[in-house]
Amino acid sequence: MLQFESVRKVYRKKLDEVVALDTTNLEIPSGDFVAIIGPSGSGKTTLLSILGAMSAPSEGRILLDGESVYDLPINARAELRQNKIGFVFQTFNLIPYLTAMENVQVPMLLAKKNREHQQQKAEELLTKVGLKDRMFHKPAELSVGQQQRVALARMLANDPAIILADEPTGNLDPETKEQVMSFLTQFNEEGRTIVMVTHDLSAADCAKRTLTLSEGMICSEQKEKLLKLA
Amino acid sequence: MTMRSIIWKELRERPTAMIASLLAIILSVTALVAIRNVTIFSEKEVAGKLDKLGANVLILPKNVTLQDYYSADMHSETIPEEHVAELALSGLTGVEAISPKLCVPTIIDGRKVILTGILPQSEVQKMASWQGGMLFKKHAGCKAKINVVDEKGDAPEALAERRALQELGENEVILGADYAAANGLAPGDSLELLGERFSVLTTLPAAGTVDDARIFAHLHTVQRLTKSGEVVNIIEVVGCCEDVANGLVAEMQTILPDTKIVTIANVVETQVSINRMMTNLSYLFLAILIAVGGASMASASFANVIERRREIGTLMALGATPRFVTQLFLAKAVLLGLAGGISGYIVGSVLALFLGPYFADVSVLPIPSLALVATGTAILVTLVASYYPARQAANLDPCLCFKEV
Repeated sequence: MLQFESVRKVYRKKLDEVVALDTTNLEIPSGDFVAIIGPSGSGKTTLLSILGAMSAPSEGRILLDGESVYDLPINARAELRQNKIGFVFQTFNLIPYLTAMENVQVPMLLAKKNREHQQQKAEELLTKVGLKDRMFHKPAELSVGQQQRVALARMLANDPAIILADEPTGNLDPETKEQVMSFLTQFNEEGRTIVMVTHDLSAADCAKRTLTLSEGMICSEQKEKLLKLA
Repeated sequence: MTMRSIIWKELRERPTAMIASLLAIILSVTALVAIRNVTIFSEKEVAGKLDKLGANVLILPKNVTLQDYYSADMHSETIPEEHVAELALSGLTGVEAISPKLCVPTIIDGRKVILTGILPQSEVQKMASWQGGMLFKKHAGCKAKINVVDEKGDAPEALAERRALQELGENEVILGADYAAANGLAPGDSLELLGERFSVLTTLPAAGTVDDARIFAHLHTVQRLTKSGEVVNIIEVVGCCEDVANGLVAEMQTILPDTKIVTIANVVETQVSINRMMTNLSYLFLAILIAVGGASMASASFANVIERRREIGTLMALGATPRFVTQLFLAKAVLLGLAGGISGYIVGSVLALFLGPYFADVSVLPIPSLALVATGTAILVTLVASYYPARQAANLDPCLCFKEV
């Protein structure tokens, strides 16, 4: 269970103060699939960064399974990201000089898993996302869709309970987008909690509920399919 | 996947940056090794040449002055010859040669000459070997390349400039240039001296000193012929200049309290100042090289951190701790330092082989101990230069991986 308790994030620049996020309370139960939509600058990515234990809020607390994330020391927060949280980025953020196989191994290296486990698990995950024949290719040698699938495999490396996805379909063609969303849905069905930031209403429709952010505040929550509403 | 493979692949991904960093280290280490190598051999060469200036410590009878020594007018005052053995057996570090002399004015064939008894170094060394000490052995503080007399056998003519001789038989003499010329004597001739026949071992080249009018013979022969007893007028000592400047004379005075021990100040000062100047100059160059190499490495590390901001952010989002990120950069610095240090040592040593004879007129050989110093310095400098950039990388905001699209 992820809980937001009166979270505010304020960026200060000299005398200027910009409120990036000003949520009241928010609860994301385990196994939920939440889509967050909203215009640019509405605080979506800030919310994701805070949820991902990467950016401390200015006020309030984030509780993960009852434990206050930002009361943990920096190394414990890094361990949290290694083991409990998986990230999917809009631009995939694969390490360009590593092969698909090696990119998937990186989170396991950080979690100090042995080489044999790393290799076995990476092979298994790349097979799962349909890239068994592209394991030893570098990102530049893969299509955009294949790169995002490598990123999905990497995200699953340490079997995280929570997946945070930042515009996971933003750079993809419709066919690949569908493929990625089907993977995310599958991961959610496996019991993982997914929080996805997106501009894409059709992607948001895969979620169980959709939160709309505006000027840093959650202004609405829908449980219906957005495209139908539109 | 290991941290090492990430570092290795990153280096290969950016070959230009890697080559530039490596070149900066190799060039610095090359220059460092070449300069140090040539300097060390130059110092030895200079020290060897300075040694040829002769004795820098004189052990005189209490009442004899330095002026008496230079005017060769100290014949009435003597000290016991056993002081030579005491000095040789003392094991004092920095004593490189001991040359006792007994000067007896005499008239031969109506011509006034100074018959000078000298003890060959082979006999002094025998005394020292009983004690097994440091005498005549080079030590770390002494940079001289050669001993004052070469144990393998110097030409007797060397006596003219080195004031000591390795071997001299009891029935052999060495003639000063003036005496030899005046009497038409040449090496191999024989000569009668105070009722005994001697063969001329060699004649010395003209030195423009009182030595030109001397006849040198074995000390014990002169003592016997002149019935002087077991005494000498002076003991000339060649001491390692650093040791002489750092208390060797006081130690000698403790061993031989009934003598006057003086240093030939200008010889010692020249030796010490030239050695110090060369050492300081080489350290100045090395400091500049280290600073330049370190600055290049720091600049390359900063550039690398900037270039890899997004990658670092991603690693942190995936769970890399600040310690891991710091290690990633520092391990790369160690790898570059190691490769640059070893390569720089090899190139620098080869360069020194050519530069030594060409620029400094000294023969140079590789110095294996410099490999450790060069590699250690290279690793230390790259580590220090990369530390701040590595800490900067470790403190980057991981949210970069979301923002910088």
